[in-house]
Amino acid sequence: MEQLLAQLAILVIAAFLGFELISRVPNLLHTPLMSATNAIHGVILVGGMIALAASDDVFTQTIGFIAVFFGALNVVGGFWVTNRMLGMFRPPVHKVKKRKR
Amino acid sequence: MQVVTFLAYLLAAALFIVGIRRLRKPDTARSGNTIAGFGMAIALITTLFVIDFRSLVLIGIAVLLGSVLGAISAQRVPMTAMPQMVAAYNGVGGGAAALIALSEFYHLQSGGEESLVATITVPLTILIGTVSFMGSVVAFLKLQEIAFSGSVTFPLQQVVNALLFVGILVLAANAISDGSLLPFLSPVGSVIAILAASAILGVLLVIPIGGADMPIVISLLNAATGLAAAASGFVLENYILIIGGTIVGASGTILTRQMSGALGRPLRKIIFAGIAATGTGSKQGGGEDREVNDSSPEEAGSYLAEEAQKVVIVPGYGLAVAQAQSPMHDLMETLESQGKEVLFGIHPVAGRMPGHMNVLLAEAGVPYEKLYDLEDINPEFEDADAVIIVGANDVVNPAANDPDQDTPISGMPILDVEKAEKVIFVKRSLSPGFAGVDNPLFYDTDKTMMVFSDAKQGLQQINEAVKNS
Repeated sequence: MEQLLAQLAILVIAAFLGFELISRVPNLLHTPLMSATNAIHGVILVGGMIALAASDDVFTQTIGFIAVFFGALNVVGGFWVTNRMLGMFRPPVHKVKKRKR
Repeated sequence: MQVVTFLAYLLAAALFIVGIRRLRKPDTARSGNTIAGFGMAIALITTLFVIDFRSLVLIGIAVLLGSVLGAISAQRVPMTAMPQMVAAYNGVGGGAAALIALSEFYHLQSGGEESLVATITVPLTILIGTVSFMGSVVAFLKLQEIAFSGSVTFPLQQVVNALLFVGILVLAANAISDGSLLPFLSPVGSVIAILAASAILGVLLVIPIGGADMPIVISLLNAATGLAAAASGFVLENYILIIGGTIVGASGTILTRQMSGALGRPLRKIIFAGIAATGTGSKQGGGEDREVNDSSPEEAGSYLAEEAQKVVIVPGYGLAVAQAQSPMHDLMETLESQGKEVLFGIHPVAGRMPGHMNVLLAEAGVPYEKLYDLEDINPEFEDADAVIIVGANDVVNPAANDPDQDTPISGMPILDVEKAEKVIFVKRSLSPGFAGVDNPLFYDTDKTMMVFSDAKQGLQQINEAVKNS
């Protein structure tokens, strides 16, 4: 019971934190930001590893294996594509100075 | 050991938060992504130490396969196809959450420790995860233009959705009450039925939504996968899943709202848009035989060379598809070498997602300071002598502002290109854009020059014509 309450507290605080984190993001960064948060929910891979490790028959092993495969795809693909996207933006110091004129 | 695990997870969560914070500004964004990646590495390595080491080989193989496929696809995907790639990565995340919950439920039923919380959160995780998975699959197919193009609707769609949802609730109640509600269906059977029903629901929820709203749907599904991950954290009693998932769920929701705000498209309208639009059809072919000012690239070029001083270029998705970024860059240089002013007007959804076109133009080497956002470019059109619209239609379609028309793009803020002296469309045909709405500007023969051409070829020819006149 105590553990559940702690988990609920974390849930609520994390939710408010998430709401506050994204405020007035320039349009320019909407796609990279979506892509990066997409990579972060790849943390589900942790769950996949736990599930696969706990599996003891063919059924759970199969779905656990697929879950880990999916999770790894989510993490690696997500971070990689975000990095590629952001790498295309020029050094922005240059941009900010000129735009202000 | 538990304390160390907990602290490591806490560190990972902190790095996620710092990473997202840094992603809010262009100059720190890339490091933000790297920092969040470090957080992920810490969370994953920590998990390796707490699980049964006999399973490491199997986990290793699955991780290797997923990572290789992820790396190759992320490296190879053309930036034009990036939105559907994000949808795909998002979908598999949701699918993973659903499978984890299914596995854990099976485990609990076959003699695991009974836990009410886990039993309740399992159906929830499966519902959200599977809807996100199938919704993302449909979004991918739509954006890749493989299937479900436009808005796919059928009679009583909302009723079917509601029935499916009620069915899922009944099945969930049956699973939680250990099969006492529907005696013929075992708890594991009901959970598998929830998975199947959620899969259908996921498809039905996304097929009526038109292509132009797909970015917002992907963002919403991204938030949903975050929630599924958080719910699976309750199933597995794992803190990093709860924290990471909830942060993505919450920030994804806000991001979705900001996006739909930037597009002037209230979420409710998007989600129910397809259903309301039934009957009007998405393809309006009525204007095909109306007269247009069919111009050659030479005519457009000589106008630009002789009459235009200030030129605004509006690039759209068609430019990217034709790989015409570099001829566009050449045209910009030619015009500038003749002392003309060249600006770029970037609509928030130019390309297919907010910020997508900025990524594409950055790739082509267009300097940042020439890229203007919607609010910054609109006042510039009045004294612009020419606007060159390349492969775009929806984002410059004045029909969006017409209160008498109810179209899929109504209410979307547009680039006011009709205020410029001349409008030059470089477009392959008169076909309406992604949203399927005809553009009245095409038929304004005094103002508009239609250059029917492939974007790449058209820009090259206009460039030659400007040089030669």
